[in-house]
Amino acid sequence: MRAITCGAVLAFAVAPAFAQSQFEKYQKMTAEGSPVELFELVGEDLWKKPQGPNNVSLEKCDLGKGPGVLKGAHAALPRYFKDVDQVMDTESRLLHCMMTLQGRSREEALKRPFGNADKPSEMEYLSAYVAGHSRGFKLSPGSAHPKEKESFELGKKLFYVRTGLWDFSCASCHGEEGKRIRMSELPVLSEPKATGPLIATWPAYRVSNSTFKTMQWRINNCFRQMRTPEPVFGSETVNAVNMFLTTTAKGATYRGPGTKR
Amino acid sequence: MAGPMKMRATLAGGNTDVRVLMTHPMATAQQTKGAPYFIQNITVKVNGKPVIEGEISQAVSRNPVFSFRLKGGAKGDKIEVSWLDNKGETNKTETAVA
Repeated sequence: MRAITCGAVLAFAVAPAFAQSQFEKYQKMTAEGSPVELFELVGEDLWKKPQGPNNVSLEKCDLGKGPGVLKGAHAALPRYFKDVDQVMDTESRLLHCMMTLQGRSREEALKRPFGNADKPSEMEYLSAYVAGHSRGFKLSPGSAHPKEKESFELGKKLFYVRTGLWDFSCASCHGEEGKRIRMSELPVLSEPKATGPLIATWPAYRVSNSTFKTMQWRINNCFRQMRTPEPVFGSETVNAVNMFLTTTAKGATYRGPGTKR
Repeated sequence: MAGPMKMRATLAGGNTDVRVLMTHPMATAQQTKGAPYFIQNITVKVNGKPVIEGEISQAVSRNPVFSFRLKGGAKGDKIEVSWLDNKGETNKTETAVA
């Protein structure tokens, strides 16, 4: 009897490690066959397509490296933008360009920020295209301007503040080692070791959704799972959480839009 | 309109490795309540000559990826991959072996 009990305990101890190695194998396989590039191709068309009341493309959009400069832009976001006097991440800045360059209203540009497998959204395609230009660049979000520091501090606060029906914070799930949801290990997002590889591969194609997902979606979906109202697209809240995460991941090499389970 | 395709063909150890991405819903009969929508035929041509004619089913995932290893080949060979779905829509892409 004792031997059987020992065996059972041992099996339980080994299971998570085994599951993790299998999960890593699966991640590798999906990454090799990732349709991410297809989203980048459509994103390129949308980037160059004249749209909105002004009938212009986004090709002059300033993502922080100058008008129309895509190389390395995503890896250097979020950052402070003088023209709007606030911190913006890639999606917030794209929205800003749609409104200022193309003359579209916020309502119109945000009619459908999150798509689905049958019809991905414009923002998803564009974010794939923009992020694809930062492959090989080190993550270096803005950190010098007071507003950037403020955004980081706000993001950090939001990470630890408990809220909503279930009294959850981001840290409830992402605050300590060894937590899992089903097969997925939950990364400790206050630690650079875990956050680096993650921010280095978002936005990403998500196999379980068969479509491309943005960082804004990722953050909103966490809030939804916490049973907390989802933040407004491009809001200070989302930019701050993104700033906190990207600053934690600082220095990691951006590997391009990734592939998630 | 059919979504984009993307292909890469490279020489490796005397073989040509082809990797091609396709955009397609690949919807099963179950998902569509009896009106499946999927790629049926795939054709691979080298310099205009068919080398693979394949039939696939609705069991293949959305936005599928295929790789083929072709014997031989030389830099600059023209590889063409095309598909035909069960609604008669087609798409193709071309690349030179690098």
